[in-house]
Amino acid sequence: MNFLLAHGPAILFYLLAVVAVVGGLGVVTLRNPMYGAVALLTTFLAVAALFILRHAEFLAAVQIFVYGGGILVLFLFVIMLMNLQRLPQEERYVEGAPFALAVVVLLGVMLGVLLAAARFLGAGSNPAALTSVEGQVAGNTEAVAVSLYRNYLLPFEIASIFLLVAMIGAVVLARRD
Amino acid sequence: MVITTTHFLILSLTLFVIGLAGVVLRRNLITVLMSIELMMNAVNLNFIAFSWQFSDLAGQIFAIFTITVAAGEAAVGLGLLVALYRLRGSVNLDAATELEG
Repeated sequence: MNFLLAHGPAILFYLLAVVAVVGGLGVVTLRNPMYGAVALLTTFLAVAALFILRHAEFLAAVQIFVYGGGILVLFLFVIMLMNLQRLPQEERYVEGAPFALAVVVLLGVMLGVLLAAARFLGAGSNPAALTSVEGQVAGNTEAVAVSLYRNYLLPFEIASIFLLVAMIGAVVLARRD
Repeated sequence: MVITTTHFLILSLTLFVIGLAGVVLRRNLITVLMSIELMMNAVNLNFIAFSWQFSDLAGQIFAIFTITVAAGEAAVGLGLLVALYRLRGSVNLDAATELEG
């Protein structure tokens, strides 16, 4: 019990990390995109749980709503629109896949080396800053809301215009004419 | 055992590389779009990790905007995919070789 209390977050992190990576590998390797979408969902949920470990409770909820509830359902709808009968005969990977994979892995190793050399200051010295408004202890949602509507109002409005444009664009693209 | 930001960055790097491999390697364009979503998620994980590291909310705000852009990108990308499927009857990469690419 003491072991669990002391190492709970670490155990949770490793568990969720494994789930997220396995889900990601599923997306890339599974032949049927329907199964890939389900694998993607497990990754999204694991990442949402990881957000909570870093005091981003509001973002975790947004992740589940927008990714799990919105984007993934959109993907599933499009997959269901397509005829997947010919899928078993289709090649899964592009020509020259081993070479491409080698380049991707090399990029990963290079980034990993950079990461190993990096040192960061301040290791979560003041997590209360993520859950307080003007020094008063509130919730993460309140803190995000105040920051979003006070300091980032213009980007917020631009994002709404962007969503409108994307919506119109998607409708025009997918329209039958 | 303490989970540091480096742990999160390594996980994020792993997810990003897996997503990149999916974008580069797969022929099915739906899977390619899903891999892009995976990469965006890895980036969000970075933002959240650094938000905690520096005790600054800006990272979380930026992650919200990333999610917004990801949603728009998915909508437009899937719209393009549906248009391609109407045109060619397939979402395979080989169906889109009009530019001889």
